[in-house]
Amino acid sequence: MDLTLRIWRQPRHDTPGDFVSYQVTGVPEEASFLEMLDLLNEQLSERGEEPVVFESDCREGICGTCGLMIDGRPHGPWGNTATCQLHMRAYADGDEITIEPWRATGFPVIKDLAVDRSAFDRIIEAGGYISTPTGAAPDANLIPVDKATADRAFEAAACIGCGACVAACPNGAAQLFAGAKVAQLNMLPQGQPERYQRAANVVDTMEAFFGSCTNHGECQAACPKDISIDFIAWLNRDYRKAKLSGRQAG
Amino acid sequence: MIADLDQRRAVGPEIHGAAPTGDLAELWENHQLDLKLVNPPNRRKFKVIVVGTGLAGAGAAATLSELGYQVEAFTFHDAPRRAHSVAAQGGINAAKGYKADGDSVERFFRDTVKGGDFRAREADAYRLSELSVRVIDHMTAQGVPFAREYGGGIATRSFGGVQVSRTFYARGQTGQQLQIAGSQQLLKEVGAGRLTLHTRTEMLDLIVSEGRAVGIVVRDLVTGEIRPVTAHAVVLATGGYGNAYFKSTLAKSSNVSATWRAHKRGALFANPCYVQFHPTSLPLNSEWQSKVTLMSESLRNDGRVWVPKEPGDTRPPNEIPEEERDYYLERLYPSFGNLAPRDISSRAAKAQLDAGKGVGPLRNGVYLDFSDAIARLGRKTIEDRYSNLFELYIDATGEDPWTEPMRIAPGPHFVMGGLWTDYDGMSSIPGLFVGGEASFNYHGANRLGANSLLSASVDGWFVLPWTVPNYLAPQLGTDPLPEDHPDVQATVRDVREQIDALLSVGGTRGPDYFHKELGDLLWDHVGVERNGHSLAKGADAIRDLREEFWRDVRVVGHGQQLNQELERAGRVADFLEMGELMALDALDREESAGAHFRTEYQTEEGEAQRDDEHWASTSAWAPAGPDGRPVRRSEPLTFERIALATRSYK
Repeated sequence: MDLTLRIWRQPRHDTPGDFVSYQVTGVPEEASFLEMLDLLNEQLSERGEEPVVFESDCREGICGTCGLMIDGRPHGPWGNTATCQLHMRAYADGDEITIEPWRATGFPVIKDLAVDRSAFDRIIEAGGYISTPTGAAPDANLIPVDKATADRAFEAAACIGCGACVAACPNGAAQLFAGAKVAQLNMLPQGQPERYQRAANVVDTMEAFFGSCTNHGECQAACPKDISIDFIAWLNRDYRKAKLSGRQAG
Repeated sequence: MIADLDQRRAVGPEIHGAAPTGDLAELWENHQLDLKLVNPPNRRKFKVIVVGTGLAGAGAAATLSELGYQVEAFTFHDAPRRAHSVAAQGGINAAKGYKADGDSVERFFRDTVKGGDFRAREADAYRLSELSVRVIDHMTAQGVPFAREYGGGIATRSFGGVQVSRTFYARGQTGQQLQIAGSQQLLKEVGAGRLTLHTRTEMLDLIVSEGRAVGIVVRDLVTGEIRPVTAHAVVLATGGYGNAYFKSTLAKSSNVSATWRAHKRGALFANPCYVQFHPTSLPLNSEWQSKVTLMSESLRNDGRVWVPKEPGDTRPPNEIPEEERDYYLERLYPSFGNLAPRDISSRAAKAQLDAGKGVGPLRNGVYLDFSDAIARLGRKTIEDRYSNLFELYIDATGEDPWTEPMRIAPGPHFVMGGLWTDYDGMSSIPGLFVGGEASFNYHGANRLGANSLLSASVDGWFVLPWTVPNYLAPQLGTDPLPEDHPDVQATVRDVREQIDALLSVGGTRGPDYFHKELGDLLWDHVGVERNGHSLAKGADAIRDLREEFWRDVRVVGHGQQLNQELERAGRVADFLEMGELMALDALDREESAGAHFRTEYQTEEGEAQRDDEHWASTSAWAPAGPDGRPVRRSEPLTFERIALATRSYK
């Protein structure tokens, strides 16, 4: 199939960008969306034009590297998939597709479709872990975890850190990312000693980079891993407890 | 012997003394007592570079930082969590013996050595088994949501090549969960101000001075800045080179450059020909495909592999009656059946494809059928075990494995080869340590499923943090080399020259063109099966392709910016050199072992025929000398705890 692509081009983070239209020809229906962009880049490069910068790695929906706003939807028209899992059978010959980077204050554009998501790492550094020095752990089965809790923790832990939730949010908030991490660790017995300190530190750091949550719910709809906004409630509850009771030990 | 082998390679002296000797069960414990320690207040005087933030790199960096060393960690990704460990699906092995099925450290060790077709170092394999227990404890304490039994204990499942249940898992996303936990520990150290992390920064060379590894040269991928970083020791945990095949199960950015450039500075490269072809990859469906999609081997627990009995049978799978199906793994290997090890399963699949029994539109796959398991266990149980894998399959293919069988095929996956290291994980260059898939030591000629996450974890958390200090201790009072040292500046200059060279070829084809051509050559000549004449031809063709690359590669743009074509071009240049060594090693090793199957060396039943008299050894290659011939050295392997035997999974 032949397609028209409107793609955001921006040479550097500190220069203005704009949409540029490209024709890409001979796209096979079996190709993935990113393979279609590979094809475009090959055609651009053959003409001596600079290829479009976009990021991807595993191309199996697990590393979270890829992430494009496709016709205004994070990761495109399919539900519960990352951009790399979207395939061209979702489109028809002659379609026009608009492709943008994530748009959020917390994710500055680096070049073209690549953005800087390192603010997510600042959130993790603030408390998205369990302090457990290597060598200190007891036998794994000394800490029983009931199956329902383990399964629920897994659902929160499935986050791939792609940033679609932030891109989808009208406020550019990162509550789903932060909520999923805090909920995973705070619901497990291993996470209890640092529970309230974690919630407080994560939220305080998050607010330095991202907007505020006003319960639109767009994040859950955009999440490729179907992570529930219920985890935001976890985050809020533990954060409130931390702040109200001053339970976060210093 | 291929007539011109001696023109292609030289043979160097044997390697001895790479591991301590003694009773394997006490070896690591005794060795730890021999390792030198660094007094806690002195640790901050030492700087260690860790390249790569996957399971091995994150574990080593976080632990060395916790211990008090200055650590600088590097990744070319935008975040440490993205490293390719994230993509391992099925699980991680450990000899916990949580089930009454006869498992033990000893049995796990034997399975690993046997699975590797007796081409691994016994001492290292034993330690892998021994430390597996601590890895599970450590990762659980970090909050990894391993699958649980209803009683609250951790669940396990079986995996290919073994008859016990020792694989710990988190649905089909075990690697992701371990990797995220590891990167969290790394970031915890960053947040505490103890560790410096450089993202979007790629290592392009190793700095060697007076025979020791003293630093690296890196390129900032956003600004293009090239600069040296010096330290007391360097750890490479940069993954495997399976992407040499272009269409592999690896992530697009996975590459050999860090280890290959260390090799060009003198580090021995071990067993480059040992490449594992994963039996449960998805068959290619078009010319344009950019990679092979992996499906977890755990699917073989409940899926049955079959092809039609008659070649060229084009009926849809559900219309082929039971008696016209050949469940060939169950037929050929009745005791292991669908859980036969990966090398054997891949070769068996290739035999079916070669016999014209392939299925699917391109006749390039075999069926993996869940209908019996769904009927026996119910859809709910199968969903619990594999739902995300089924969704992955549906997204990738548009087909529904609930109603018709999956189609699978062998795909290039994991490399057992890597930089040669001693028992301490140190390469042949003092001060250069290697962990995870970038290293070679545990898996012999074939890796057991779920041993990859384990080996990366063991190296990162429980070996390197003990052995690196042993190297550092005698250097107390020395500083890292200053940046204006001539050896540092010379290496920086070499890196700049190579980048300028890539940008100035001004050819007509992008780097991907050469990468795909290389992949096709490797698949044809250094694939699931190899033979001497084809390997020689392949090596020559790769050399020709490399010359063509340097005449005709096209890299658009310049070097002072984010330039993905330039990054790719540098990686492809290295793959083109690595590829030739893979072919040469396969040509040189005149036997079949594990995943290295030379058609000239097979038993009457078509199984791999080892030559223990001549080839019970690791090949460790030194870079080519002035005559252009790489030098193969050998480390003899002795088997004292487990007797050399012919593998049988029948």
